[in-house]
Amino acid sequence: MKLTLRVWRQSGPQDKGAMVEYKLDDISPDASFLEMLDVLNEKLIADGGEPIAFDHDCREGICGMCSLVINGTPHGPERATTTCQLHMRKFKDGEVIDVEPWRAKAFPVVKDLVVDRSAFDRIVQSGGFISAPTGTAPEAHSTPVPKPDADRAFEAAECIGCGACVAACPNGSAALFLGAKVTHLGLMPQGQPERWDRVVSMLDTHDEEGFGGCTNTGECTVACPKGIPLDVIGRLNHDYLKATAGGKKRA
Amino acid sequence: MAVTGGVLVLYLVAHMIGNLKIFLGEEDFNHYAHWLRTIGEPAVPHRTVLTLIEVVLGLSVVLHMWSAVSLGKRASHARPVKYQSKKKSHAQGYAVHTMRYGGVIIALYIVWHLLDLTFFVVNPKNSDATPYERMVSDFDPSRWYITVWYVVALLLVGLHLNHGIWSAFQTLGLRTPRSHRALRGLAGAVAAVVTLGFISVPLSITFGWVS
Repeated sequence: MKLTLRVWRQSGPQDKGAMVEYKLDDISPDASFLEMLDVLNEKLIADGGEPIAFDHDCREGICGMCSLVINGTPHGPERATTTCQLHMRKFKDGEVIDVEPWRAKAFPVVKDLVVDRSAFDRIVQSGGFISAPTGTAPEAHSTPVPKPDADRAFEAAECIGCGACVAACPNGSAALFLGAKVTHLGLMPQGQPERWDRVVSMLDTHDEEGFGGCTNTGECTVACPKGIPLDVIGRLNHDYLKATAGGKKRA
Repeated sequence: MAVTGGVLVLYLVAHMIGNLKIFLGEEDFNHYAHWLRTIGEPAVPHRTVLTLIEVVLGLSVVLHMWSAVSLGKRASHARPVKYQSKKKSHAQGYAVHTMRYGGVIIALYIVWHLLDLTFFVVNPKNSDATPYERMVSDFDPSRWYITVWYVVALLLVGLHLNHGIWSAFQTLGLRTPRSHRALRGLAGAVAAVVTLGFISVPLSITFGWVS
């Protein structure tokens, strides 16, 4: 395959950055998007240039590290697929492909296509946990969970925290991420003790980190590589209102 | 956004039903306009209820616009560097993407509408005429461009409601996986009924079905 790539290059956080064009021939349609970038980087290194920095780790769609906005869509054109699991056969021969980093104030660019997503870690630290004694694994059947709740909690727990929801949102909001965490923990019996304080502190941290406000556009759920449904945001709002206006919050 | 929007939707439904009185004839329509000003008399002074409605409405519009502006401001702060690639995603349909500019157009339309049929500044008739006369002369076939302007604005109101009503339920945490389809249907139905109900009046006058 012949391709023209327009890639965002930025030498560091302070650099202004710009799109740089690269031509590639002979890319296998069976290569993944990241393998295609590996080929380009080897070429750049051989030519004495600076390779393109991009995040990646497991390359099997479960770690949430890869984070590329491809032709304006986070994780590219294929639904419910991470960038690492996207293959070049999804593109046309001779296509011009734009590759950009996640764009959000809370996700500053470190270099090229790498952004700092520790804002998500701080949101999780503020409430995305349960208090349970560690070291002793209890018998799994000792705490019954209704099957529909378990299924919905599992669906929400599929969130890999990649940040595609923020990258896709016209408001730069992380409501889908918040909703996934709040739904995942809030549906399980183990998540009940912190349920009402969790939603408030996670949302407060979200706002402090500089993410935008949700207007229910639904772009997040379309971009989400795990297909987290939009109704988790409804649950987030429900729990938040109950915690604040409903007076359930303790701290 | 959701609460003030809800107040405005309820008002729109009432306003639309009132407008349909024009199809019952001149006397009924004028009587309705008079009744609006005399609700609760003599227990309360003249125009008490209408003034109350106007105050709640004005407050809702201001707070609704304030919420929209603060959300817009937060959005631009949250993404200081824009994407280079131009993409058009309509994840939940076209309506979502008309909320902001559509809202501005609707606000401008409301200003015109008040100048037209509340303060009679841009109406061919003045305060000496009856409400019915003002309506009919406003949408006279010779003034077809006024009808077009009303229809375009009302279609935008319809799009606004289509997303807004559903979105309000989500914001208030009333949306569950089970109620999703029902709420979408409700939003679509209310938007369609309100829009068609409103549009039917100027169109009927322009086409001479009401004169």
